Amino acid sequence: MGRAGFPANAIGFAIGLPLILAIGGLEAFRPMGLSLPALTGGLLTLDTMIRVGLFTIVLVGLNLLMGYAGQVSLGQAAFYGMGAFFSAIMTVRARTLGIPPALAEAWWWPWLVMLTGAFLVGLTAYGIGRPILRLRGHYLAMATLGLGIVVYILLRENLGLPHLNLTGGFDGIQGIPRLRLGGLLLWPAWRYYFLVWLFAFGAIALGLRVVRSRVGRALRAIHGSEMAAESVGVEVSYYKAQVFGLSAAMAALAGSLYAHFQTTVIPATFGFGSSLELVVMSAVGGMASIWGAPFGALTVLLVQEVLRTQLHRVIPNAQGEFEAIAFGVILVLIMLFLPEGLTTGGLRWLRSRMGLRPR
Amino acid sequence: MIREWVGGERIPFARRWGIAIAVLGLMIALILLGQGHGFGALEYLQFILDGLRGGSIYALVALGFVLVYRVMGVINFAQGAFVMLGPMLTAFFYEQKWPPAPGLRLALAALLAVGIVGALGMIIERLTLYPARRASPLTRIIITVGVYLSLQGAALLLWGPYAKVLPSFTTLSLSDPTYRFAGVRVKAQSLWIAGTLIAALLALGLFFGRTTVGKAMRACAVNRLAARLMGIPVDTMSTLAFGMAAALGAIAGIVLGPVTRATYDMGLELGLKGFVAAIMGGLVSFPGAVLGGLLLGALENLWAGVTVAGFKDLFAFVILILVLLLHPRGFAGTEAEVERA
Amino acid sequence: MLYISPDGTGERSEAPLLEVLRVSKAFGGLMALLDVSLCVWPGQIKGLIGPNGAGKTTLFNLITGMLRPTSGDIRFQGRSIVGLPPHRIAALGIARTFQNVQLFSGMTVFEHVLVGGHRHGRSGLLGAIFQTSRVRQEEKEARARAWRILERVGLVEWADRPAESLPLGLQRILEIARALATAPRLLLLDEPGAGLNPPEKAQLAGLIRSLPEEGITVLLVEHDMNMVMGLADEIAVLDYGQLIAEGPPEAIRQDPRVIAAYLGEEDEVWNAARG
Repeated sequence: MGRAGFPANAIGFAIGLPLILAIGGLEAFRPMGLSLPALTGGLLTLDTMIRVGLFTIVLVGLNLLMGYAGQVSLGQAAFYGMGAFFSAIMTVRARTLGIPPALAEAWWWPWLVMLTGAFLVGLTAYGIGRPILRLRGHYLAMATLGLGIVVYILLRENLGLPHLNLTGGFDGIQGIPRLRLGGLLLWPAWRYYFLVWLFAFGAIALGLRVVRSRVGRALRAIHGSEMAAESVGVEVSYYKAQVFGLSAAMAALAGSLYAHFQTTVIPATFGFGSSLELVVMSAVGGMASIWGAPFGALTVLLVQEVLRTQLHRVIPNAQGEFEAIAFGVILVLIMLFLPEGLTTGGLRWLRSRMGLRPR
Repeated sequence: MIREWVGGERIPFARRWGIAIAVLGLMIALILLGQGHGFGALEYLQFILDGLRGGSIYALVALGFVLVYRVMGVINFAQGAFVMLGPMLTAFFYEQKWPPAPGLRLALAALLAVGIVGALGMIIERLTLYPARRASPLTRIIITVGVYLSLQGAALLLWGPYAKVLPSFTTLSLSDPTYRFAGVRVKAQSLWIAGTLIAALLALGLFFGRTTVGKAMRACAVNRLAARLMGIPVDTMSTLAFGMAAALGAIAGIVLGPVTRATYDMGLELGLKGFVAAIMGGLVSFPGAVLGGLLLGALENLWAGVTVAGFKDLFAFVILILVLLLHPRGFAGTEAEVERA
Repeated sequence: MLYISPDGTGERSEAPLLEVLRVSKAFGGLMALLDVSLCVWPGQIKGLIGPNGAGKTTLFNLITGMLRPTSGDIRFQGRSIVGLPPHRIAALGIARTFQNVQLFSGMTVFEHVLVGGHRHGRSGLLGAIFQTSRVRQEEKEARARAWRILERVGLVEWADRPAESLPLGLQRILEIARALATAPRLLLLDEPGAGLNPPEKAQLAGLIRSLPEEGITVLLVEHDMNMVMGLADEIAVLDYGQLIAEGPPEAIRQDPRVIAAYLGEEDEVWNAARG
C-alpha cells in the first residue's frame, strides 16, 4: 500500500526483462557455438521459451479468472484454439471465404485478424458468462468444460460444414503465413521470440494493473465472499463475466500468435487435456499471482521435457504414460502442500528470510 | 450459519420460455434431420432403446457424482477413472487361469475389481481430499482432476494402450444374444445393464433410508456441522461415500465392458457424460440422476442416428451448457441445494 | 405533513426511511416471518431483538435483497425495493454487517474499506488497463476516503494487516468500516457485539452512538440487552417470526409479552442444561 513492502513487481521486471533479452540475444553468438540448448544441456531451447511466452499470455488471464476472481475454467484451451483457428482460417482459407487477395495478402491483415479474433472471442465468453455467472458456485467450471469440448468437436468436424473444409478436420490447417511488420519478416525464431515476449510482458503489466485497480479489488472481494461483496454494491455477475471475457480474449490472442509461430494448427492441440494442462500450469505457478504465469509455464514445460528425455534412463521402456502420472501427482501434491503455487509460496519464504513482515 | 441464499429465487421468468423454445427446437431438429433419412417410428424406437443402454451407464456414473457431491460438496472428476478401472481390472483377473470355470471366474474377477476400486477410492480420499478438507472447493476440484490424471496414467502404464474386452455375461463368449420384441432388437447385455441400474438405485434407497450408516451419511449431506455435533464421524462418512461412489463407478464400467472396448482413456468420456446426467438431474437427487442419464442416453442416440458420426459427442455438452443456462437446478434439485454448488 | 406509521406507534413530521409492510417469508413450509410491519425513521437507532430463530437475520436478508419476501412490500425512502438485486439496494444507501463476520479472505484491512467504497468509483477494466489520469485521480480519492474511515473507526495501525489476523472485536469494527465506506443512509448491524469482551463492547457502542450525527440511521440486531437498551431510541421485538412489541426501551423492558418470550427461551436453556 505504498509502504515499505516487498517490491516484487519492480524486481520481477528488473530480473525478467534483462533475462529474456539475454536469452534472445544469445542467438547472436550461435556462430561461435554459444546457444541456449548448448548452455542448458539441451533442456531449454528458444522454441520452449517461445511457448513459455505464449502460455504466459494465456495464464495471466487464467490467473485473473481463477486466482483472483475464484472462478474455475476447465475449457480455457478452447479459447486458445478459437484464436488460433480464427487466424488460420482468415489467412489460409481467405479465398474460400471470399476475402479479396489484395486484402488477405497485405502485411497488416494477420494483425487485424488477430485483434478481431481476440475481441470476438472475448465478447463470446462474456456473453456466455453473463447468464451462467448469475448463479453462485462452480457453474462456470462445468459450463467451460462443456464449452471446451463443444469447440473441440466443432473444430474436428469442420464446424459441421464439410464441403467448405474450413478447419481441415483432424488434420487441421497447414501453411499459415509468418507475421510481417511492413517489410520485416518476423522470423527466424529469435525475432518471433522477441515479439511473443513483448506481448507476454504486456500481458503481465496488464494483469498487474488490473489486480491493483478497483476492478481487481472487486474480483478479489468476490473470491473472498460474494455475499459481502454484493452488500457493498459490487455487481458480482457483471465482474465475473468481464474477467471471464478478458481471460478468453487473452487466450485467443496467444492462440493467434501460436498459429503464426507453428504455421500448422490441429484440433487435438486444443482439447480437454490442454485445458487441464493450463490449470496445472496455473496451479504450479500460483493462481493468485500474475508473476506465477511465466514460472508455471516454464516449470511445467521443463518437467515435461525432463520426463520425456530423461525418464527412460531411470525406468527402462518408460514412455508417455509416466508423464501423465507425474502430471497428476504433481497437481495433487501442489494443491495439498503448496496451494499458493511456487511463486507466491516462494515470495512468502523470501519475505520472511529478509525479515519483512509477511503480508 | 446456513447461508440463506437461494439461487432459484432469482431465475427470471423468461427462462421458462427459453426452456420451452430449446426443447421444441431440439424436437424439430431431430425430426427434420430424421426426415432426410426416411426414418419411421420403429427406427426411432430402436434408437431410443439402444440409447437407453448407454443412458443406464451414464445414470450409474451419475449416481457416483451425486453421492460424493451430496456428502462432501465436491464434484469428483476422478469418477471417470474408477469407471475405467472396473472393466480393466475385471478383464485382468479374468485373463488369469484360475478358477477354471469361466462363469465363476468372471463373477470373482468382477467382485474383486469392485472391491479393489472401492478400497482404492477410500485410500485416495484419505490421502488427498481428507488433508484438503478445509481447502476451497476450487482446490478440491483440482485435486480430483489430478487424481484422474494419475489413475489414467497408471492404467496406461499397467496395461498399455490396448483395449480389453469382457465376455458377454449371458454366453461368456464374445457374442451376445439379441432378443426381438415386436420389431425392435434388444441385446442381452442391455438387460444386465438395466438390471444393474435398478439394483443400484434400490440398494442406494435402502442404504440411505433404512441403515444407520446411511442415515448418518444423509445427515452429513444436510448439515455437516450439525452432524458433527450429533457425534457422527463426518470425515469417515466422507471416506465411505467416496469409496462407495468409486465402487459404483467400477460396477458401471464392468457391466458396460462386454459391449464396448475398455481402454485406459475411456473414463474421460463416460465421466463427463455421467456428470452431464447428474447436472440434468440437479446434482443432488439419485432418481434425478437416473432420469438425467436415461434421457441423455436416449436423446444422444437419436441425435447420433440422424447426424454425422463425429457429432455424436457434441450432444451431451450442448445439453450441459443449455441446462446450465436455462435451468441450473436440473429437474429434480431444490432451491436450497443449489446453494452448495 | 404528518406520517402515521403503519403499525400505529405514533406520528412523525417526516417520512420514514424504511418501511417494512406486512412482510412474510416462508422457507418450504416453515414461516420464518409472518406479517411483519415496522418503520425506521431518519436519524434513529432502532433496536431489533428477539430470541434465537425469531427471524431477525431473515428480515435483514429481505431488506438487503439477498432473499425475496413471500409476500409484503419493503420501501426505502418511499420506493419499493422488493426484487432489486443486492448491489442495487446497496447503491440506494443500505449497508449491512453480518452475524458471522464475512471478510474478503486474503485482503488487508485497508483493501476491505477500499472495496467498501466501490460504488463511489466508476472506472472499469479498460480504465484499469490504460490508467488514465481520471482513473488515477479516482483511485487517489478512494484511498483518501478509505483512510479517513479507518481513522474514524480507529483501525489505522492495522491498515496493512490481513483482515483475518485481527481479533474478532476489530473484525466486527472492520465490517462496520466497510459498510460505512459505502456512505449509507441506513446501516443494518447484525449482532455486532456478539463474542466481544466488555471494553470492546464499550468501544463499539461509542461508535454506533455517534452514527446518527453523521446522518446515518441504524437498525441494530443485538442480544446484549444492556447494550440495546442503552443505544436504541426505539425497539421492535420479534418472536417466532411475528412482531410482538414495539416502543421505547423502557416500555419494552416491562412488556409482558416480551418477558414471556425471553422467559420461554431461558426455560429452554435451563432444560437443556439440566438434561
